[in-house]
This record gives sequence, C-alpha cells and structure tokens, in this order.
Amino acid sequence: MKKPLSLLGGIWLTRAQTRARVAHGVLLACAVFVALVIFSILFFVGKEGLLVFTDVNPFEFFFSLDWNPPQGHFGALPFLIGSLGATAIALLIGAPLGLAGAIFMAKIAPGPVRTVLRQASNLFVGIPSVVYGYIGMSLLVPWVRDHIGGQGFGILVAGFILSVMILPTILSVSEDAIRDVNRTLEEGSLALGATRWQTIRYVIVPAAKTRILAGIILAFARAFGETTAVQMVIGNSPRLLTGLTNSTSSLTSQIIMEMGQTPPGSTWNRALFMMAFGLLLISLLLILLVRRITSRGEAT
Amino acid sequence: MNARTRDRMATGLLWLAGLLILGILAWFLVAILKDGLVTALDPNFWTTKPRTTRAGGGVAQPLFNTFYLTALSLLFSLPIGLGAGIYMAEYAKPGKVTDFIRLCTEALASVPSIVLGLFGMIVFVNAMGWGFTIVGGSLTLALLNLPTLVRVTEDSVRAVPQSYREGSLALGATQWQTIVKTILPSALPGILTGIILVAGRAIGETAVLIYTAGVTTSRNVGDVDLLASGGTLAVHLWYVKSEGLVPDAARIAAGSSALLILVVLAFNLLLTLPLYFWQKKRSGAAH
Repeated sequence: MKKPLSLLGGIWLTRAQTRARVAHGVLLACAVFVALVIFSILFFVGKEGLLVFTDVNPFEFFFSLDWNPPQGHFGALPFLIGSLGATAIALLIGAPLGLAGAIFMAKIAPGPVRTVLRQASNLFVGIPSVVYGYIGMSLLVPWVRDHIGGQGFGILVAGFILSVMILPTILSVSEDAIRDVNRTLEEGSLALGATRWQTIRYVIVPAAKTRILAGIILAFARAFGETTAVQMVIGNSPRLLTGLTNSTSSLTSQIIMEMGQTPPGSTWNRALFMMAFGLLLISLLLILLVRRITSRGEAT
Repeated sequence: MNARTRDRMATGLLWLAGLLILGILAWFLVAILKDGLVTALDPNFWTTKPRTTRAGGGVAQPLFNTFYLTALSLLFSLPIGLGAGIYMAEYAKPGKVTDFIRLCTEALASVPSIVLGLFGMIVFVNAMGWGFTIVGGSLTLALLNLPTLVRVTEDSVRAVPQSYREGSLALGATQWQTIVKTILPSALPGILTGIILVAGRAIGETAVLIYTAGVTTSRNVGDVDLLASGGTLAVHLWYVKSEGLVPDAARIAAGSSALLILVVLAFNLLLTLPLYFWQKKRSGAAH
C-alpha cells in the first residue's frame, strides 16, 4: 500500500514519512519562535528605553531623587526604592511563613490537612492580582490608617499583600525540596536520638537549602514585577518614601500610572520604558541566578 | 529547656503557621464574597452595560470580553505552545541548542506582565497602528501563556512511558504518527491541567491588557469585532477602583471581584471534573 509520493534528500518517501518530516520542521519552528520572543521583547523595550539617555544623563536617571517630568527632572531612584521596600517587606513576612508552612506540609500535617493546605495554596494562585489589590485597598488600607497611622497607602500594605501573593511559590518549591531530601538522612538522625524538630532544623532544612533559596529568589522576582496589586495600595505619589504607611510609588506602579498620559517618543515616555527595561533585566538576572544555584546544588 | 519541650514548641509553631495560611485565605475569601456575592449572582449585573457617571451599571461587555480574549489568546498560543513543548520532549537532543531554547522559555516566563504589556503596546498598538484592540490584547496575552504551555506540554509528554513509543514505532508507525496517536492521548490530562492554569491566569490578568486591549469596551454587548477595544472584567475592576467616577463604584468593584473569583473557581471545576471522569474511564478501559 505504501506508494512513494515525494522525493526528499534523494530518497522516495511514503505520504506518512513525508508528513513526519514536515511535522518535525513545523515543531522545530514553534520552538525557535518561542525562543525568539524574549529577544524581540528585549530589543523593542530596550530600544525605546535606552533612547531616554539622548535627553537625560544616566547618572541623573539612576541616582537622582527628583522625578518631575514637566520640569525636565527624571530621577527614577525613588521608584526603585519603593519597589525594593515593598519587596523586602513581602519577603520578611512571606519567606518565614512560607517555609514554616512548607515544613508543616511536608513533615507534620496529617494527610487531610495537607490536602486542604495544598488546595488553599492553589486558590491563592487563582486569585487575580487586581482582586488582591482590591482587598488591600478596601480592607487593609483603612485598617492601617486607623490602627497604625499615616495615610494607610504605602509599602507596608503593598508588602503584606505581596507576601500573600508569593506564599504559593515559596510553599510549593520549599515543600518539594524538603520532600526530596533523602529519607536515610532523616532516619539516621532520628535513630541517633534527635527529636523531630532537631532533625528538621539540623538535617532536613540544611540539605534542602539551595532549592529553598531558589524558591525565595523566584518569589522576589514575582513581587518585584507585580504591578496592579501594588499600584492599588501604594498611593502613587511620585516621591521618596517617608514612612511605611505613607504614599509613595514603585517602578511598576509609576509605569502604569503615567504611561497613558505620555505621547510615544517623548522623553517622559522613554523614561517609563527605561524603567520597564530595568525591571526586565533584573527579572532575567534573577532567573539566571536561580539556574546557577540549582544546577550547582544538583552537582554536589 | 530540654530537647523534647523544644520539639513540642516547634511543632506547635509549625501548626500555627499552617493554620495562619489557611486563616488568611479564609479571611480574604470571606471579605470578597461578603460584600460582592449578592451583586455577582444577580443576572442583571451580567447583562447590564457599564455606566460612566450614573449608578446602576453592570459588567455586560467586560464579562463577555473576559471570555472572548481568553479564548482568543488560547487559540493563538496553543498550537505554538504545544508544538514547541512536543519538540522539546520528543525531538530535541540534549545539548547546547536545546538548553538555550529552554533558557529562553524560562526567561519569557519570568518577564513581568507590565513589561509584556508595554511590548504589546509597542508592537500592536503603535507599530501596527491598531490602537487598543481585542486582537492586540489577546496576542499579547498569548505571549504570557506560551512559556507555561511549553513547559507543561514538555513535562506531560516526557512522562509518557518509553514502552508506548517503542511499541508504536515497532509496529511501523512514523515518529509523527506515534506522537499523534499514542503519546498525545496519554499526555492529554497533564496538558489540559496546564490549559486550565493558563486560562485562569488570563481571566484575571490586568497589567498585560490595560495598554493593549484598553480599559473601554465596544458599545454593543457580544461584539466580536477584533478591532474593538477589549476592556475585561479584571481591567474594569481596576479602572472603577482607581480612576472611575461612578457613584456606586464600591458596589461594582465588590461585585466584579466576587464574580472574578467565582468565574476562576467555576472554570477550574468545569474542566477538572470531566478530566477526572475521563481519566477513570481510560484507566478502566485499559484492563
């Protein structure tokens, strides 16, 4: 039944064989396309952003605290500080809580409790960031204003909301890391008379620490790049933060607030693109860091 | 304090951490649903058009756009995502090129959604000159879907037992026939889970869409015009809460939040249940 139908590379092929070769080529093209997307993003966003330096001194852009585009002042440092501040608070709350939750899920929780926690973690992922922002805005900001002081809007609420948003990442990566620790290590420790907590603290967590660290870096990247939730609770005042509960702005929130009112090609517009390019480069560096850490962890 | 007391205390604290995580989730869900559930379940809210200055508006076009943009983004990203995932699992030989493609996919997954949105704005809104459109928004959304689809497809295809491949190839099938007839059906549950994950994220996405699909909508409900602006439910919620002038913004926002959560939950359930039964049937048929 196999009729030779086409000539490819000097060999007569059946219809099925031809199809298999075409499919190979098409699938390869898909993979190459996916790989090329990141380069076109780097190129287009980078080109738009770097053009800002035709009008603005790079030193001013990175180190000046003065952001006043109508007056020609383009200091982006307050936003970098706002982003780092909110992310730091997110990690200070989210990393210990997530790690403790992961240890609990992997070593202590009875089966049903573990299942409930895993479903809860999936639900946290499913909540859209705009809804996180809405909760922060309508629930946490008024509460902070009344009980802690300040305007309520600021990096404290932004950091808390982010800490909840990064919990699933830290939970799942850390739990997998802890679960993958060789059981013989744990049994050895328990056999030597160590308590469960001593085993967790001195044997299991140290053995899993590279992957836990990788999870925390991933969480950092996610919090640093989060836009909508942060913009809704940080207050959006384009100035250096004056306190944890006073209005300030982050790189992402500043971009989303001002991008709509700047004409393409203007210095202001390009300054916002440069902030986006900076965000992109930091995210890529963090991903490379995670790869380095995890591949080294596997080697040893 | 001896080791045993310390162990008990640590165990107590770890329980506390677990319960605290559950508590935060319960608190958030109650807060969202308490204020918004009544509005979200009111059919009038789904079918009334949004109003800009008067009270009493609904979310008809944004709700439609949410599903429309999500479906379109999957339409654009699924073929390429599946293709690339299959290539990585079945054809790519371990080596520098494969490593490089994988690195690029991971890098794409790490791009903050606002940066993706700005990229979409440069390409579709400005360079193509389309302005804020449904097609521009869904194409940008497709880029957000891609890395997850590639990874999930690759993982699911890799998880198919080697004996399936060998059996099919031994019967004289080509590699492509083996993939289509043997490997993909076995990998389907994993791939579907990935699609649910991607769709759920697309439904709730805002930063990608604000400057590509826009915050406004067509005047007509159910307008499938690809060049209409495509404000979705999530974007509408953002807009009402941060820039809107409607007097009943609080009601609209609460209703939209609750509706978004319900849509995401329903979506998970709708796709998980058939999958569960299908898997059961398949494993039953194998005996």
